[in-house]
Amino acid sequence: MPTTNDCWRYSIPIKVIKPGLATSVQDLGRRGYYHVGVPPSGALDQFSLLAANLLVGNSSDAAALECAYMGPELHFTESTVVAATGADIELQINGQAQPAWTSVVVAPGDVVTFGYLKRGARMCLAVAGGIDVPEVLGSRSTYTLGALGGHEGRVLQAGDELAIGPVRGKVATRTVPLALRPDLPSELEIRVVMGLYDHLLTDLGRQTFLATSWTLTPVADRVGFRYKGAQLDMVEREQPFGAGSDPSNIVDAPYPIGSIQIPGAVEPIVLHRDAVSGGGYAMIATVISADMDAIAQSAPGSTTRFVAVDLYAALAARAERAERISRLRGHFG
Amino acid sequence: MADHEVVTPVPGTFYRSPDPESAPFKSEGDTVVAGETIGVVEIMKNFQHVDAQVSGTVLRFLVENEGFVAAGQPVAVVDDGA
Repeated sequence: MPTTNDCWRYSIPIKVIKPGLATSVQDLGRRGYYHVGVPPSGALDQFSLLAANLLVGNSSDAAALECAYMGPELHFTESTVVAATGADIELQINGQAQPAWTSVVVAPGDVVTFGYLKRGARMCLAVAGGIDVPEVLGSRSTYTLGALGGHEGRVLQAGDELAIGPVRGKVATRTVPLALRPDLPSELEIRVVMGLYDHLLTDLGRQTFLATSWTLTPVADRVGFRYKGAQLDMVEREQPFGAGSDPSNIVDAPYPIGSIQIPGAVEPIVLHRDAVSGGGYAMIATVISADMDAIAQSAPGSTTRFVAVDLYAALAARAERAERISRLRGHFG
Repeated sequence: MADHEVVTPVPGTFYRSPDPESAPFKSEGDTVVAGETIGVVEIMKNFQHVDAQVSGTVLRFLVENEGFVAAGQPVAVVDDGA
């Protein structure tokens, strides 16, 4: 049945009182432009974005807010429905705690705030109708380094006003079952496929990479996640023409999302969805796509072991993840 | 006298001075005014100020310079003199 919300409308019901740390508008991402230097962007934890959108009755391609480490303070001038997923950080309305991974009604005049981050790193806040910013290259995702997409191509600032899209129908209160919510461990095992440049590591270097418990440093943002823990032994060689002088330098090559580079053979960096598309550091391994959400939720100080798997195992993990997503969708009918 | 914990809102690396060449924002025994910065936490190349919520005297720091902190962790104790 049509409801009062059924017609197209334009409104600016969200005012940003405090922006949080690095709150940005993100959707599933911008596909097909990485070869010209525009990375996919989009929510780093794609599963949590999808869950948040389903909770508020949005289509899966709607845009939401991604907040890292610290939530924003938002003033709502209209009645709507919101849902917070991802990191374990308490959603509050007018100071009252609200359930996580659950759709929550917001009334006009309500102020949405968040507690301190307990586990994980990134929270996703979806609003019924989706955050309505113009699409750029087919996506509403913010790519701050390119100053494009999202709200004026940047992270949110105090005083910003956000529009939401048209809402179709009434939104029922829903919750994501515990079994479908991701674990947010502080000790992670992340699966990687070795290569393409792991031949530049000695056997000892390769062993050290896989045996070390790497600690995530505070240099962990949408571009990349930097770890510390060991120095890796690299093969001594004469650097080829066009490569830099450091043993970890190569002749420039494209960087896959999830690839792990090791500048100076120390402090590996896992590239994420705002990555630069290429450069001159050897990529010794690539995180499998199924584990990129877990990378997104790793907080500084957490420890990670990289576990080498083959491509078949990576594809099986991808299929497993797709199955988990279809169970999530199935829960929402 | 009442002790108040000064809490960092974000996780990251705690610094007691604005940059390596400068003196610390506050030393133990210094007076502090509500809203005044007592340290910064570096996360994602951002520096988030950690501000005292009450006025009083800095009793002690609970985290050393360049120590790692979690969100919501107390980094210092301020005595409000009340």
